[in-house]
Amino acid sequence: MSAVTVHHLSHSYSDHTGRSIQALADVSLQIDNGAFVVILGESGCGKTTLLKLVAGFMKPDKGAITVDGHMIDRPGVDRGVVFQSDTLYPWLTVRENIAFSQRLRGVPRRERVRSAVRFLELVGLAPFADHHVWQLSGGMRQRVELARALNADPEVLLLDEPFGALDALMREQMQELILNIWAQTKKTVLMITHSIEEAVFLATRLVLMSPRPGRVVETLQLSFGGRYLTGTDARSIKSEPAFVAQREHVARRIFSRESS
Amino acid sequence: MNEVHEVNTATHTDAVIGNVEIPGRGGGYRNAQPGRLWLGGRGLSLAMIGALLIMWWGATALRIVPSLFLPSPGAVARSFVKVWSEGFVDATLMQHVGASLARIFTALAFAIGVAVPLGLVAGVSKAARAMIDPIVEFLRPIPPLAYLPLIIIWCGIGEVSKILLLWLAIFPPILISTVVGVKATSQQWIDASRALGATPVQVLRFVVLPSALPSILAGIRLGLGGGWSTLVAAELVAATRGLGFMIQSAAQFLVTDVVVMGILVIATIAFAFEGLMRLAERILVPWYGKT
Repeated sequence: MSAVTVHHLSHSYSDHTGRSIQALADVSLQIDNGAFVVILGESGCGKTTLLKLVAGFMKPDKGAITVDGHMIDRPGVDRGVVFQSDTLYPWLTVRENIAFSQRLRGVPRRERVRSAVRFLELVGLAPFADHHVWQLSGGMRQRVELARALNADPEVLLLDEPFGALDALMREQMQELILNIWAQTKKTVLMITHSIEEAVFLATRLVLMSPRPGRVVETLQLSFGGRYLTGTDARSIKSEPAFVAQREHVARRIFSRESS
Repeated sequence: MNEVHEVNTATHTDAVIGNVEIPGRGGGYRNAQPGRLWLGGRGLSLAMIGALLIMWWGATALRIVPSLFLPSPGAVARSFVKVWSEGFVDATLMQHVGASLARIFTALAFAIGVAVPLGLVAGVSKAARAMIDPIVEFLRPIPPLAYLPLIIIWCGIGEVSKILLLWLAIFPPILISTVVGVKATSQQWIDASRALGATPVQVLRFVVLPSALPSILAGIRLGLGGGWSTLVAAELVAATRGLGFMIQSAAQFLVTDVVVMGILVIATIAFAFEGLMRLAERILVPWYGKT
């Protein structure tokens, strides 16, 4: 059964000169329950537009999106969103940020605290519950973002270049963290990235997109992330011939189009 | 519409500058020339105040200026003690101060109560902004004192007129700052809350309002300053108590030492307001400027 269905989606927007730009042209996509789908493409290929449409922040010109069979026309708790950086509320503590969705639903304080602790532990930030957001490093903030989205118990987790603003070391740690969380929570994940290695490592399904107009050019079934979860070290996976070959294949697909 | 927005932004910038360049804190001076001044910025300020006091004292002690025009510091201090304990025109100093503070804080409460909700609506809705903007832009550039005759015709010479005049001075900056703060709310903060299940009202309450609070506080600070400087004028109208009334009566009886003392009290309270607002900012928006 598919958790998310993207059905012949087309979308245009006007740039600052008023010219109409086609961000997406007839994009269709099936995302299975429990899948880890990664969308990869250079900037301008419409991947962020696609994610915003699935999140419900915008309405598509043509086509439709369903989540669990329901048509999407606005944001909702069934889709949790993690942004690239800093959408945490600086006037709240780490714990209050994580409990934000429950506060909106009127969950009693004691229950909010208990639930927040669970997700703080999941992302390894239990000692920082009462810290303020501005006291945390970039990597820790992204972990709080993850915990906040997960605490709303979404069907689908939408990740918009979640590690894009992090340094390379932190990025690798976060990749392992997101795989562990995915395995533990069994959420469906739709993630956007421009890092080829990250995409090949994490995805169970890799969707390659090309720009002008944004469209899907290839989808690949992968399983390197699953190998990590069954105990193989991440660095060894990434240096295996099979991984390198796949990475180079994806890179060629992206760069060959650029030169043509 | 565009012009209006420009003006709003300029007002907001003023508020922010006011936030950074706080007199007496001296940070700006220190940064200008580190280690060159043997006195710190604060020391220089105190030295300047001391020098002015000595000149004042010298001018009166040497009888360069008649005491009717400029009473000595000692005479002003004595008038302070006398008005404090015995009172002046049927009220003690604390009663005059109390009457003035009651008026300004009543007007402030009404101004906040109207301007913040109105500003939230105007910040979110273009239509509401289009309706409210002309009214604010009409009110803002006119000195509140200019309304005084009209207010007296409409509301008489009672307490209502005084509070309404102060309200007119306080209301526009708070409204404008609220709108600026609301419009500056990060779209990502709003999107994030909607994805977490926030209804439009909850977005206002839990995201837009806290995000606009630093700007609202800056507006309250501007409004309080503007209102306080309108106070004397408000209390010229058939008042029996208040600092403005006290000064006015003292001037009519040529009791210059009470006039000068009253001016110093007004200045001191204005200075205390600044401290109060800074404290409010530290308590309510400790996160501001740290992200």
